[in-house]
Formats: sequence, structure tokens, C-alpha cells
Amino acid sequence: MDVGDVNMDYSEKVMDHFANPRNCRKIEDADGVGTVGNPTCGDLMTIYIKVDDDKITDISFQTFGCGAAIATSSMITEIAVGKTIDEALNITRNDVANELDGLPPIKMHCSNLAADGLRAAIEDYQNKNH
Amino acid sequence: MYLDNSATTQVSEEVLNEMKPYFRKEFGNPSTLYSIGRSSKNALDQSRQKVADAINANPDEIIFTSGGSESDNLAIKGLAFKLRKKGNHIITSNIEHPAVKNTLKFLENLDYNVSYLPVDENGIIKIEDLKNAITDDTILITIMHANNEIGTIQPIEEIGKIARENNIIFHTDAVQSFGKIDVDVEKLNVDLLSLSSHKINGPKGVGALYIKKGIRLEPLIHGGGQEKGIRSGTENVPGIVGFAKACEIVSKNLDKNYKKLSSIRDELIDKVLSTIPESYLNGDRNRRLPNVVNFRFKAIEGESLILLLDAKGYQASTGSACSSNTLEASPVLTALGLDPVDVHGSLRISLSPESEEFNIDEFVEIISDVVSRLREMSPLWNEDTDYEGIMCSQHSDGCRRC
Repeated sequence: MDVGDVNMDYSEKVMDHFANPRNCRKIEDADGVGTVGNPTCGDLMTIYIKVDDDKITDISFQTFGCGAAIATSSMITEIAVGKTIDEALNITRNDVANELDGLPPIKMHCSNLAADGLRAAIEDYQNKNH
Repeated sequence: MYLDNSATTQVSEEVLNEMKPYFRKEFGNPSTLYSIGRSSKNALDQSRQKVADAINANPDEIIFTSGGSESDNLAIKGLAFKLRKKGNHIITSNIEHPAVKNTLKFLENLDYNVSYLPVDENGIIKIEDLKNAITDDTILITIMHANNEIGTIQPIEEIGKIARENNIIFHTDAVQSFGKIDVDVEKLNVDLLSLSSHKINGPKGVGALYIKKGIRLEPLIHGGGQEKGIRSGTENVPGIVGFAKACEIVSKNLDKNYKKLSSIRDELIDKVLSTIPESYLNGDRNRRLPNVVNFRFKAIEGESLILLLDAKGYQASTGSACSSNTLEASPVLTALGLDPVDVHGSLRISLSPESEEFNIDEFVEIISDVVSRLREMSPLWNEDTDYEGIMCSQHSDGCRRC
């Protein structure tokens, strides 16, 4: 879907991930599931991970939210796949924003939840496996 | 297809042509005595007559301003300052445009008391609430004619009658209603009424305030004494000429456009509600402007919806917090008592007379596709999701959207 020139506040990368989200699905047999955000505020994000031998082998998301919320969810699935748990835990909100060529300042605070979502999914995985 | 005519409209060809001579050939200052000045003065007088005719007022009851916001500010502050010794209480509704709402907030800082009347789930105030709110100190009632987000129409005639009976000045913001439904200052029983040009295919930066004969306001802009000293500053002659032309056109076509637009509106409402599951209309089904529709769709967020619709060539707007500069969810939709989550999924469509070529079936199909697409992505659409109690640290009490 061509939405490249729709919103000047969003980078082309944000618009690409928003319009063509990667890994947007539910993993039924996920090893870890994390949900962050608050629908009252306009964003709710669930991250699903599959873990094998301490590595994230599959990751997906479902998100209710604005363009930035969807794009950051999509982006983190690309960043985190193949990473070890420790590497994944080191992914920050800024890493996600940087990979998307930046986010509008107003969105940095509220919609940039993907790193938190991934962390919540990892915690869920760790709780289940200890 | 532009479907955001409540935000602003395109200046019509006729209006533009009417304005053109006043930029270069007829550029005189209306306050001067030589011929080009007199010619501008004539244009100003004729424009005042046209605007007055459009609302059944006298030309000497029309003050030109820079737009709807200034008109609201002048009406409310001008009256409040003038009548400060008489009282300090003002009554309004809780769904007013920010130009009214924030003007009243400002007055509250100056020790005026403001009563905010609630609206029912359809967006209409209750007359009983108004009667109960009146005190000996009430100097002004300001309640909008039609709402800018949901298009609902308030019982202005009745409110005006009550104001008269109680000897209270009554102002209404008619920015959205003017040109869409009949706005007659005599029938509406109003004392002050705000108008804007750019909502009716006129230029931006022009508006007017109707001030009923005998009512005095404290000016907000002091200077050379233009507009009977109530609004100083050299008049925006090209803008005023364009505004007047736009008034003439909307008045002439009022009935025709009402029929045309309300039929498109009704078809759109019926088709959206019957095609898209969990879709709802915001605001009263019948007491609404012919050109404004506001829907909400469960489990999706409005900014995403607007971006995807834009990509398909349709420009509309939403009350979602995520799309606003303040990150505040629409106070109007919130006032209807809607779940804040649902406010995020709102969509406003506002038509103009040019919307004739609008293909409703095609549009409904596109909204339906886009809504389905966002719902597939949304964890809220999945019935199993229990989101009660989920709060990340960024969405705590300190969150500006909470």
C-alpha cells in the first residue's frame, strides 16, 4: 500500500512499517507473551515470542494504536528476531525509534512502547521457565 | 476526496473573483476620504449589508472580525468585562468549541464563575439544567448552535427565550451551523452570534459578530476606532468582500444544499452502520447538521484510520487523542459519556455542496476494509484479551492522555 507521502511528521520508514506491518499475528503456542500500554490512552500492544536455545526464533505482535504504535511494534519484531534473550533485553526505545529514522517528538513518549512490550514478553517467558 | 469541511473549506471560484479587485486596484483604506478609499468604504458597506441579510440582522449590528475565534472572544470577554459590576456568572455547555471554552477558562482566572451544562448521550443540553443554573449573578449564557465535532443542534430558540425572560444576554457560536441550516437572529432569540467565513467557502481570517442593537461590549482591540470602536484595525477589505459573497451564495442555496447534503448524510449513516459491525453514530440521529457525521468503530484507533483513509484518497478527521497536538481525547465525545477507548475510534466526515460526486458505496467499502484491517491487528478485537489493569509506567496517572 502506498502511503509514503501521507503524513509529513512520520518518516518513510514509519509509514512503511505502519502500512505494511511485519509479523502482525498471534502466535498461539508462544513461549512468552507481553502486553503493555493502556487502551484508554490509545495504545495497547501485545508481543509474542518463541524461544529456542536462549534465542528468539519467532516474534510477532498485535497492536491497537496510532501509526507510531503500529510501526514500532512491527520494527521491534525485525530487530529482535535471532537475538539472544540478553541481547533482546538490551533493546531500548531509542533503538526502535532510531531504526525507524526517528519519531515525532510527541510520539516518543506515548507510542514508543515496543521495547517495553518485548521486555514484558521476555519476563513472561522467564517466569514460565524458572 | 476532501471530507473535512468542518475543519475548513475551499474558497469558491465566485468568491475568489469577487475578492480579486480589492488586492490591487481597489486597495484603498476605507477610512480615507479620496476616491479609492471611498470605493473600499462602499465595498465594506455592501458587504455588511449582505452578511446582515444572511442572518436577518441590520447592517449596523454586524462587526467584522478576524474569524470565529475572535468573534467568540469579543462576545464573551467583551460582555463579561462590560457587565462585571452587574454579575460574574456565565453559563455554557460542556461541548463548546475551544474558542469559547478556553475564553471562559481565562475568565475563571479573573474570578468569574462558569457553570458547564452537561449534554445527554446524544449531545443535547437539557433545558431544565439551564433553568436551574441561572442565578442573580448570571450575566451571560453562551451555548453553541451546532457542534463542530458531532454536528448536533442545540435548542437555541428555547434557550434564547429563557435568557430573555431572565434578562440575561445570550451568545451563540454559529460558526458550524451558518450556511448549513437557517440562522435567523430574530427566530433564534440571540443577542450575540459568531460567524466565520472559511467554513462556508469564503477566505480564512475573516468572520463577524452580530451584536443586537443596544448591547454594549468592551472592545478587546483598541486603536483607530474602526467598526464603531468595537474592533479597531484597518478592515480586511478583500477578505470581507469574499466573506460577504460566500454569505450571499450559501443563503441563496440553503434549501437546495440542505436537501442534497442531508440525503447523502442519511445514506452514509445507514450504509456504514449496516455494513460495519460494531460501528455507531455519535450524536443525535435527527437533530444534526446536514453535512456532519461522526462514527465510532470499536477496537481501533483514529489516527491509524485517518492515515489509511488518506492513503486511499479520503481526508477526514478523528477525535482520537493520538491525532491531537495536546494528546487529549476529544472532550466533546467524552462528554457524551463514551468509554474513553471508544473515543479513540471516532471518525468525523463533513460534507460540502461539492460532495455531490461522492460515491457513497465506494467510500463505505473502503472504510469497511480499513476498519477490518486495523481490527485484525488489534488485540482489543480479540475477545479473549483482558486488558483490565494493564498499565505501563508511561501510562500512569501522569500521562497527559489519561
